[in-house]
Amino acid sequence: MSVVRILWAGWKFHVKSLTLSGFFLLTSVIQPIIFASVAYFMFRAGARPGTLLYVALGAGMMGIWSSTLFGSGGAIQWQRWQGTLEYCIAVPPPFLLVTIPLTLATATIGLYSLCATLLWGWLFFDVPFNLAHPIQFAIAVPATVIGLGMLGLVLASTFVLYRNANALSNLLEFPIWLATGLLVSLSFLPAWVGPISWVLAPTWGINALREAGIGGSAWVEIGMCLLLGLVYLVIGHFALKHFERLARERATLTLT
Amino acid sequence: MTVSLRIFFIGGLTAYRGLINWLSPWIFIPSLIVAPIFQILLFVYIGRTAGVGSDEFFVIGNAIQYASIPCIFSMTHAIAGERYQQTLAYILVSPAGRLPLFLGRALPVILNAMFVAAFSLLVAGLIMRIDVPLPTWPAIALVIFISTFSCTGLGLVTAAIGLRVRETAVLNNILFGLLLIFTGANVPLDELPGWMAAIGDRVPLTHGIEAARQVADGAGVGDVGGLLASEFAIGVVYTFVGYQLLRLMERESRKRASLQVA
Repeated sequence: MSVVRILWAGWKFHVKSLTLSGFFLLTSVIQPIIFASVAYFMFRAGARPGTLLYVALGAGMMGIWSSTLFGSGGAIQWQRWQGTLEYCIAVPPPFLLVTIPLTLATATIGLYSLCATLLWGWLFFDVPFNLAHPIQFAIAVPATVIGLGMLGLVLASTFVLYRNANALSNLLEFPIWLATGLLVSLSFLPAWVGPISWVLAPTWGINALREAGIGGSAWVEIGMCLLLGLVYLVIGHFALKHFERLARERATLTLT
Repeated sequence: MTVSLRIFFIGGLTAYRGLINWLSPWIFIPSLIVAPIFQILLFVYIGRTAGVGSDEFFVIGNAIQYASIPCIFSMTHAIAGERYQQTLAYILVSPAGRLPLFLGRALPVILNAMFVAAFSLLVAGLIMRIDVPLPTWPAIALVIFISTFSCTGLGLVTAAIGLRVRETAVLNNILFGLLLIFTGANVPLDELPGWMAAIGDRVPLTHGIEAARQVADGAGVGDVGGLLASEFAIGVVYTFVGYQLLRLMERESRKRASLQVA
């Protein structure tokens, strides 16, 4: 029970805290709207227009990835700069339980993106918001957030070894947008990109949202999101342990 | 005169090196070498998925548009960064002429942005097998120079705003995104609503991108002279406005004693 309480309280705190950050609001709302607008115009002008709901969901997912990437990638470094990392590690609950709510919150903040791009598309581009399977969609959204949040845990625990985590986040934003097929049909990409996309939660997340929203069955994709989330959790657990041990051994916990 | 030239060249370079931490390869390579190439690839593949434009259209458009990152972010930080370093007061209390002081910082910004745009164009062009003939490169270099000069003018405006507002990174990110739409880097201006196309005609990079596309298709410098003149004129206007805004912000900061308020 206390585990659930820690996760819930931590998640609530971090969601509120991130909502106050201008940078995160930009990443979550304005940037996806801009990319969605570019994509709407491109798909309207193109010979294969497709459905604009496809674009709206993809652009929203781009925002979820960006907020997870920048939020989780720099999570431990920020705790260092704010001088709270020692407390997070010294408290009785495992560091893993302290970090998970933060990485989940960064993915949750990305939901602003999804709402923003859907609303933007509906208001200015006549994107219909008729969900094919509302219940599946309602399940796909939290499953996607969990999948990305756990991927955020891996980012948080590995990026900390790189002094300029923000630059690494800059590096990974576009490639993941591309490789996970958020606005691009994966069939156009080289075949070797396929296996990379399969181990990335955003691929399954966007497929789940599209299957539930546009038509089809999203259950396999939802299951894959949760399964990958579990794998990321295990990886994140060991990576965090490794970081904590190294930081204690070398007395580098507070070094920025 | 000599003093002004020293402030312009040596002062500008020193300030740039001191304030722009992007020059570390750990930041420069991921942010300004690799990221633009992936931005180009992303839009090339969105274009293929939507069935719009050619690969060349997106490669050239995005390579030049990405120059706005170094132009706007570096220019802002090369001036507003003094405030965060608590050195702005020392700079402004000095008798140095403001024109060489501020504009000198723009020169390294332009050179860096030129490198970023040219490198992205070259590498993404090779990856996507875009045929940009070797003899056209001097003309493309000229186009890139004028485009980056023009965009650095916009950077001067944001630098001035950066002397008053705190969230310059947010502002610059928004501008970068807007340039992605309005410059025609990814959507031809005639596909945009009239009011958006009208704005696009008045922002940096639009004419430069169009000129670069025409040059890559075989046009000479003379053929794109009008576009280059428009791009240059836009750059002059933004630089003038940016410089005047900087002087205004300096006066206001003195009046309100808000010089070092970061």
